[in-house]
Amino acid sequence: MRLSLALGLLLTGLAVLAAGLSFLWTPGDVTQLAIADKLLPPSGEHWLGTDQLGRDMLSMIMVGARTSIAVALVAVGIGMGLGVPLGLIAAAFQRSWLDEIIMRGNDLIFAFPSLVIAILITAAFGPSAVNAIIAIGIFNIPVFARITRGSALPIWTLDYIRAARVAGKGAARISLQHILPNIANILIVQGTIQFSLGILAEAGLSYVGLGAQPPTPSWGRMLAEAQTMISLAPHVAIVPGLAIVLTVLGLNLLGDGLRDALDPRLRGSR
Amino acid sequence: MQRYLLHRLIVLGLSLAVASVAIFMVVELVPGDPASYMLGTGAQPETVAALRQQMGLDQPVALRYAHWIGAALTGDLGQSFTYKTPVAALILDRLQVSLPLALMALMLSVAIALPIGMFAAARNGRAGDTLVMGAAQIGISLPNFWFAMLLVLLFAVRLRWLPAGGFPGWGNPLAALKSLILPAVALALPQAAILARVLRSALVETLGQDYIRTARAKGLSRGQALRLHALRNALIPVVTILGMQFSFLLAGAIIIENVFYLPGLGRLIFQAITQRDLIVVQGAVLVLVAAVILVTFLVDLAYAAIDPRLRLK
Amino acid sequence: MIETFDLGVTLGQTMLLNRVNLRLAPGRITALVGESGSGKSLTGLALIGLLPPGMRTQGRIELDGEDILPLPERELCRIRGKRIAMVFQEPMTALNPLMTIGDQVAEALLLHQGLPRDQALERARERLDRVGLPASRFPLTLYPHQLSGGQRQRVAIALAITERPELLIADEPTTALDVTTQKQILDLLAGLVRDEGMSLLLITHDLAVVAGLADEVAVMQRGTIVESAPASQIFHNPRHAYTRELLKAAKHQPRLVLTRPDAAPLLQVEQVSRSYPAVRPDSGPGEQRLLAVDHVSLTIQEHESVGLVGESGCGKSTLTRAILGLDPIQGGQIRLAGQQVHAGWRMPDALRARMQVVFQDPFGSFDPRWRVEKLVAEPFYLTGRPKNWRDRVAEALFDVGITGDVMRRYAHEFSGGQRQRIALARALIIRPSLIILDEAVSALDVRVRAQVLELLARLRVKHGLSYLFISHDLSVVRQVTDRVLIMRQGKIVESGPTARVLDNPDHPYTRQLLAATPRLPQEIGLLSVENLSDGL
Repeated sequence: MRLSLALGLLLTGLAVLAAGLSFLWTPGDVTQLAIADKLLPPSGEHWLGTDQLGRDMLSMIMVGARTSIAVALVAVGIGMGLGVPLGLIAAAFQRSWLDEIIMRGNDLIFAFPSLVIAILITAAFGPSAVNAIIAIGIFNIPVFARITRGSALPIWTLDYIRAARVAGKGAARISLQHILPNIANILIVQGTIQFSLGILAEAGLSYVGLGAQPPTPSWGRMLAEAQTMISLAPHVAIVPGLAIVLTVLGLNLLGDGLRDALDPRLRGSR
Repeated sequence: MQRYLLHRLIVLGLSLAVASVAIFMVVELVPGDPASYMLGTGAQPETVAALRQQMGLDQPVALRYAHWIGAALTGDLGQSFTYKTPVAALILDRLQVSLPLALMALMLSVAIALPIGMFAAARNGRAGDTLVMGAAQIGISLPNFWFAMLLVLLFAVRLRWLPAGGFPGWGNPLAALKSLILPAVALALPQAAILARVLRSALVETLGQDYIRTARAKGLSRGQALRLHALRNALIPVVTILGMQFSFLLAGAIIIENVFYLPGLGRLIFQAITQRDLIVVQGAVLVLVAAVILVTFLVDLAYAAIDPRLRLK
Repeated sequence: MIETFDLGVTLGQTMLLNRVNLRLAPGRITALVGESGSGKSLTGLALIGLLPPGMRTQGRIELDGEDILPLPERELCRIRGKRIAMVFQEPMTALNPLMTIGDQVAEALLLHQGLPRDQALERARERLDRVGLPASRFPLTLYPHQLSGGQRQRVAIALAITERPELLIADEPTTALDVTTQKQILDLLAGLVRDEGMSLLLITHDLAVVAGLADEVAVMQRGTIVESAPASQIFHNPRHAYTRELLKAAKHQPRLVLTRPDAAPLLQVEQVSRSYPAVRPDSGPGEQRLLAVDHVSLTIQEHESVGLVGESGCGKSTLTRAILGLDPIQGGQIRLAGQQVHAGWRMPDALRARMQVVFQDPFGSFDPRWRVEKLVAEPFYLTGRPKNWRDRVAEALFDVGITGDVMRRYAHEFSGGQRQRIALARALIIRPSLIILDEAVSALDVRVRAQVLELLARLRVKHGLSYLFISHDLSVVRQVTDRVLIMRQGKIVESGPTARVLDNPDHPYTRQLLAATPRLPQEIGLLSVENLSDGL
């Protein structure tokens, strides 16, 4: 399964590179409209063609990658930053009222798919990329809390944890010194998976207008705008979709590859 | 068993209660006053005050929540100010599209995932497994709304086999079903890919258990051990995922309905957001979330049906 | 009649089994004895054709003269269960948790012989009766989780013998069970061989288990059989050096070190009780509590070694956790050197530093991501880490016989015996007065166990340590303790000097335990007990 790691790194690297490069250089100017050049098919001048406003699609994809990656990354950061500590606490005080509250709270958030959270936030404050981040981020918290608690619990029963307690260490110290390093692999793998789900979610939210707003280019909104043009110029709809698929696929392959590379015991699971 | 059921029921009730509070509070947080928004900018202050009183907006929050949830329990979710009809009737009407769509997608997802997952698990590590799971990996990476657009391009625009969108109503059941096929496929395929992967890994893990070795030692073939012993044991994680998928399908349906211009709950919510018809948003989200919580409860019951350790203790 | 001729198993280039020749005759019990990794379980799996994928076989396995190795999988399925059956080590996981025991026993009959369901269940009933699970208490509709480990192993045996196979392979069938249950299961197997005329291949790591039971014994080392002979010859006149070594290790006894009479009490456990909420939720109104430790009192003097013996579930682990201050107690008090032990996170460090622990599992005892130097130094958290902590770690490691360049290595790079030594080094590093040895040698092979026991005796003399030695195994306790306590259902039923309790028990339960404990024949002449002449 070395192949999936290599392929995953390649595709993910490509997306990150495109986003990074877009800060310095893009083939065309995405703020410049050229209605005369609208809906051109891919050619030597415009490698991926132009959109309904005559903008260079490759440039749009590159700039859109920024939005996708930024939203997903921050959302995963929120989920990890809050979910992992909550999961560690729940595991350390297993079956206490603290554990019960944290886990029931998780179940509750789970009942609100990120799209529903986004709908609620948008209903209250209007649409924006920040709302998309918050919506996806909130939904990520219980994901990380659950997986952290679930992987920490079996470790808490091991003898080396008891040995650490006999050595006088408290719950916080044990969680940081023994538990966290031993579940880091699992969290990294889950992180890449949530990252890919975040990109999908951002695309979906932007597609229905609950995410990034104009003029910020976004893959999801490019698709929404392309929808009516799909029979005239299929490339306008196919190109952003492929960008999403390849990035998400890359992250999923990376997750699989990392799982195998980091821990042979996890091989074959999930 | 009774205790388990009771515990689950309490969790169900609590979740519904807390979720409803959360939904109510979010709409409360909306900056601006619904009454003045409804009446427009040129309204007289007296008229606004009268409407506020009529809508009960001058009462304390807790009381208004009590009113709202009390009415909701009797099936009254308030009056939509854009449609001028009861929200409950509106939602009920739209559910006639959304619910069949989600159920079709769920059944399709299981129908696709079951054979694929079993096939891959039986060929664990061999070429067939790698091939099928590679395909599943791509399926997981598909944004369903984009996949839906491709389906429309192929089956509606090019081949003209199925309608590109719209819903003729259940008066014509065949046409209604036809218009739900593409949306259901678009929703189901990515979920089927996830389900197949979960099923495969659950089966692979179960096949490594001691009792499978026991079954093999008493003369069962690999296939018999998989069908008669591993499958049911692997069902528990699969049912968990299936329950979660229902909520993804409901949420996904909101987006897919936009691709196909289906008059479902999702379209209703988006129209309501753009028109700032918050009572509709509140009611629709409440119904969605209640459905998800109810499915979680059903999943817990399914665990008990599968696993005697839960049933008997 | 099943015979193997030069049976071999390879994985890639590695030879896992080499020239194994066994002759398993009807009505005979053959014991296959070896340490972990010797290839004894692999032999069993090869016989029944269930080797893990990737392994290849050589040689022949003849079932009534017909070589079954080249047979296709479909034919093998008809042999498995019907002519060759197998029982595995771990009864807790060997049965399908979602299927009734009746269906599991009847399944082979339904599939192999096409019996109608009611007839198959009738046969299953008869087989369950035969293994000692009568219909009155064990209806066919029970699920595995409603049975104890021993009962589950009986179901596994019933399931293996439904079709009256010619050969039953039992792979460590009693290793996971208590001694009294072990005795019952072994008697059951012997009875089956006698009544049904099948042949039994009993795979075990414990020579004592097969003494008095096996007709033939084959001793296995590194994938080959080094000695195979009638049981009496193996026990009384072993030829091969390795067999002698095994026997010697099993009988090995470090000399007892007696306590000085003026010693002060170090650990005082007074009327300690610990209860849990009952596991069964529907056991009636009101909160039911399970009394795991029931008003237990015990004292350990300085420099004294005390054994605590009981079967699983007797409360010894619960008591251990309470003494270590890991779990709260509901009644009584625990004093260490006169100071009260408080459960939970708030116990004073200086008090904690007086007692350390070594656990059973050499694999779970160490954080896999920490290096040896950090692992051994962990208890310094209690005392503050001295500047020369690395020297202290090296010293402690030297003390337990771990030498060489090991400080920067990880725990998984060591064998089970070495890990238990490292665990001892970790316990010794802050020079505690009391070390609690929680089944500390139970997971080790006999030869390694003998070495670790000897090390324990030596360390105790050198550092003047007290031990609380917790074990399920009476024979081990005899070797390292001055006094012994017998625990049953949360209570101490008997206590006294080890030799007195073991040779002349008062309590019926102690007698029952002693009777069930497997023992090697006494009249082996080759042993000379090693002396530890440097007394206290």
